[in-house]
Amino acid sequence: MTIRHHLSDDLLVSYAAGSLAEGWSLAVATHLALCPACRKRLALAEGIGGELLEATEVSPETDSSWEAMRRRIAQSPPRPVETPRGAPVARRYDGLPEPLRSYVGGDIETLRWRSLGRGASQIRIQTADTETQVRLLRIPAGKPVPEHSHGGRELTLVLSGSFADGKDLFARGDIEDADASLTHTPTATPGEDCICLAVTDAPLRFRSWFVRAIQPILGI
Amino acid sequence: MVEMRRPTENDAKPNMAALLVAVGARRDVDAFELLFRHFAPRVKAYMARLAGDSQAAEELMQETMIAVWNKADRFDPAKGAASTWIFTIARNLRVDAFRRDKRPEFDPNDPAFVPDDVAPADEIFEAQEVSVQLHQAMATLPDEQVALLKLAFFEDHTHSFIATSLNMPLGTVKSRLRLAFVKLRAALDRNGDVS
Repeated sequence: MTIRHHLSDDLLVSYAAGSLAEGWSLAVATHLALCPACRKRLALAEGIGGELLEATEVSPETDSSWEAMRRRIAQSPPRPVETPRGAPVARRYDGLPEPLRSYVGGDIETLRWRSLGRGASQIRIQTADTETQVRLLRIPAGKPVPEHSHGGRELTLVLSGSFADGKDLFARGDIEDADASLTHTPTATPGEDCICLAVTDAPLRFRSWFVRAIQPILGI
Repeated sequence: MVEMRRPTENDAKPNMAALLVAVGARRDVDAFELLFRHFAPRVKAYMARLAGDSQAAEELMQETMIAVWNKADRFDPAKGAASTWIFTIARNLRVDAFRRDKRPEFDPNDPAFVPDDVAPADEIFEAQEVSVQLHQAMATLPDEQVALLKLAFFEDHTHSFIATSLNMPLGTVKSRLRLAFVKLRAALDRNGDVS
């Protein structure tokens, strides 16, 4: 499997920093499970975080703080013996990777799809953030993605089959990062249904509304 | 063996990795004290960015450092610097403390996980070498890029929010982050590894 469409730097930085909302993070983490090259880039981004931590100017830690820690570790129970792992599971190259599989509660063959009409179907995925809408889409072979309008950003991660968007082909592990300015008509490749994870800005722009509301207070 | 001396600026990082390995291998309290005195104030400053009052920051720092103590045997010096590993622990605790939503992660033991290509021969040396190179490369970044990286990593803000607060188009924030990234990658590439 050769992945051609990777994560953008800004997604990697936000994910490494821990400031990326859960919905986007789900697409990022699932791509990372399939893409060793982006995991290397994540390591660099986290390395930057480590460097910034290292470079923070601070006054030395107080003795009282260390004394508190020393008392805690003196009381800490012995490290639990690592439970031996069961027999290694057979690699599976076509299933839903973690963390996505846990979010949808099963693998591809056990999913309960809801029809969107014209052969396409979806499964909504719940997250605790208010800024994204997350769903699995199944697009019939050879058909375009239905009801396709989005006001903001859209991440589409292919899990099975493939789709074409213009001259670009997206197959398993590839991620398309589209913003509002892009008019596109992704179409599933003939021969096989395309299953992908789609994350979009939530229709309710609560977060930006909230930010706008508090801007005068913050003075920005 | 771990040398029990105060680390100097130059050898801080390799030494920190060795201290962390000593804590992981045999719960070496002296090694942990050196780690604590170095990292605890940094972690506390990181927590204070969101915690505001210093008691909450102190508690989150203590949680981070006890996690470092308990999980040190999972630190792998072949994968990166001690500061990076400690940063990720602090970050995860900060997400738990301050965000309503989760930060999902991949699972290397998952059968659908695609493993790395063949590991290079001298991993530990390479990983620590890369972290030294990253340290040097960070020093060559323009101030505006470092300032932006600090905002991106230390405050819990979206890039749109950062753009708004700096009165800057979102595209500028993204392109500056990208420039910083490209420059750091290039610096590491020149020395061999990391694509």
